[in-house]
Parts: sequence; structure tokens; C-alpha cells
Amino acid sequence: MVIRINGKDSEVAPDISVAQLLEHLEIRPGRVVVELNAEVVSRDALGDTQLKDGDEVEIVHFVGGG
Amino acid sequence: MTQSTAQASEATAPDRFSLAGKEYRSRLIVGTGKYKDFDETRKAIETSGAEIVTVAVRRVNITDPDQENLLDYLDPKKFTILPNTAGCYTPEEAVRTCRLARAAGVGDMVKLEVIGDDKTLFPDTPGTLEAARLLIEDGFTVLPYISDDVVTAKKLEDMGCAAVMPLAAPIGSGLGIRNPYNIRIIQEHVSIPVIVDAGVGTASDAAIVMEMGCDGVLMNTAIAGAKDPVLMADAMKQAVEAGRKAFLAGRIPKKLYATASSPIEGLLT
Repeated sequence: MVIRINGKDSEVAPDISVAQLLEHLEIRPGRVVVELNAEVVSRDALGDTQLKDGDEVEIVHFVGGG
Repeated sequence: MTQSTAQASEATAPDRFSLAGKEYRSRLIVGTGKYKDFDETRKAIETSGAEIVTVAVRRVNITDPDQENLLDYLDPKKFTILPNTAGCYTPEEAVRTCRLARAAGVGDMVKLEVIGDDKTLFPDTPGTLEAARLLIEDGFTVLPYISDDVVTAKKLEDMGCAAVMPLAAPIGSGLGIRNPYNIRIIQEHVSIPVIVDAGVGTASDAAIVMEMGCDGVLMNTAIAGAKDPVLMADAMKQAVEAGRKAFLAGRIPKKLYATASSPIEGLLT
């Protein structure tokens, strides 16, 4: 299935969870925040949140800023 | 120690900066942007003595997941992390950014910026007011970046903001405090902390802000953009402390004519 990750369409395995997506991308969940279709997914819910075709995912973290 | 100095130091309570129910020793808040690398960021911030540091929220580069993370260098247990909404031009973008920041688990205090113009980076006042309202409703502790305008400051105080952060000059301009009278008017009309945010260029600018009795000063470029950021961080630390002490000590009034420092009595002639 195709989901949009940080503004870019990406082909991923069907029926994966957000936690599995992070694992696939080799991203440590402890340092990022995930938004699914403009709603924040809490860290506790990453494993239980299933992705579906066409979902929009944003993966953000803190960077230097003023 | 003489008896009188002992009494004086006992009578003087330690000067603490109280913000949103928490007390800080340092009145300097620093940004983490524009440094050469995270190591320089960490050194400059540690040298500055700041206890509150601002950060921005941005997309992770998913093609390079191994890149280091800012929080690996700034321990959130040691520093109060203050996420900003830099780059947001609407209240909706700002609220979305704050919700993401809060989910990172660094608390609910945010530096609200709703930018109105990309050349000056001046705040969009109606947008800032609207975003502050939405964020307070949602349980955030809001520190808004604003123009040096007392009417806006008052409205934000009435709404429940934890501080107001008027600009000294445009972000990154280094022009110093352009309108001290407007900042003074804000100080006289609000009872929440006034933190001057943006526009500081060098140590004397920070000292002036503190001499005026502002509660704190926030800066990023003045330190990160200096030739030697770590040395400038030290200069800013001392300037903020010196300015604060001068404010507490109470400066002499300005006079047009001289007043002799040495006694007239006992002159030889």
C-alpha cells in the first residue's frame, strides 16, 4: 500500500502499525513524535495504530531553533 | 565580614526568576539554532548558564534515520525544553506544532510565534491572540513572542499567558533594544514576567534589557552567530547577571551637571 510519509509517497507493507513503520525506517520511537492524518499518535498507541492505504504520516523531532 | 554586610546578605533573599510556577536561577533563555554542530550547541548552552532552552519542531529526515538528535546533547531532565512554533504563519499551524511538541513529553510550556511577514519576521498579532486562546484552552502554558505593544501584552495576560515576550528588534537583526519606552510601558502594565525576545546583538544589549528590570531575555543568533559562540555565551551570562544586579541595586539618576565625588571640605586652598 502507499502512504504519504513527511510529504512523500512511500510504498510500505500492507496492514502495518505505526510502530512497525518506525522500525522499518530504523527510527527510534523515543526521540520522535508521529502524527497520523493530522492527529498526534501518543507513544503508547504506536503499536496499536494500524496504517491504511492513503494515510498521511508526519514524523517529527526537535531540532535547533530560537 | 563586618556586621553590616552580614546583615545585608541575610536580608537579601536569593534572586530567582519565577516562570509558570517554577523557579530558575538564570534569567537568560537561549535558542539552539544556527550552531555548527550539536557539540558546539551543548558547550555554548552550558556556558551560558541558561536553564530554559528553545527548540523547533521539524520533520525527521527519513532517508537518514541515524542522524543525531538534539536531545542526545541537551538532557531534558537538566534543561527546561521550550518548543517554539517558528515558521508558523497561522494559528492552526502553531497549535498543530505545539501538540506535536507536547507529545514528545517535554511538558506543556511553549514559545508561541505566529509570524506575519517573512522579511521582518514580525508577529501576526491577531493570529498570535487566536493561537494563544486555542492553546490555553488546550492546557498549554503559553509564552508568546509579540511586538512591543502594551495593548497586545495586556490582552495576552488577561487571556492567561504565563509571560509576554516582546521583541527588542527583528529576530536575528542584532540591533539591540530599539524602543525601550515601549518595553517599559509593557512592564508597567502587566504583572506577568516580561521576557525580551529577539534582536539582542551583543552583551551590552542584554545588560540594558536587564537594567530596565525585565524579568528575562531570550536570544539565539547573538550567541550562535558570534565568531566564538562559547565565549559570547559566557559574555551574555555575565551581562545578564550584571544588568540584573544593577537593576536591583538601583542606578543613580541621570543629571546634566557634575557632582564632585571628592569632598569639598579640607581642600588645601
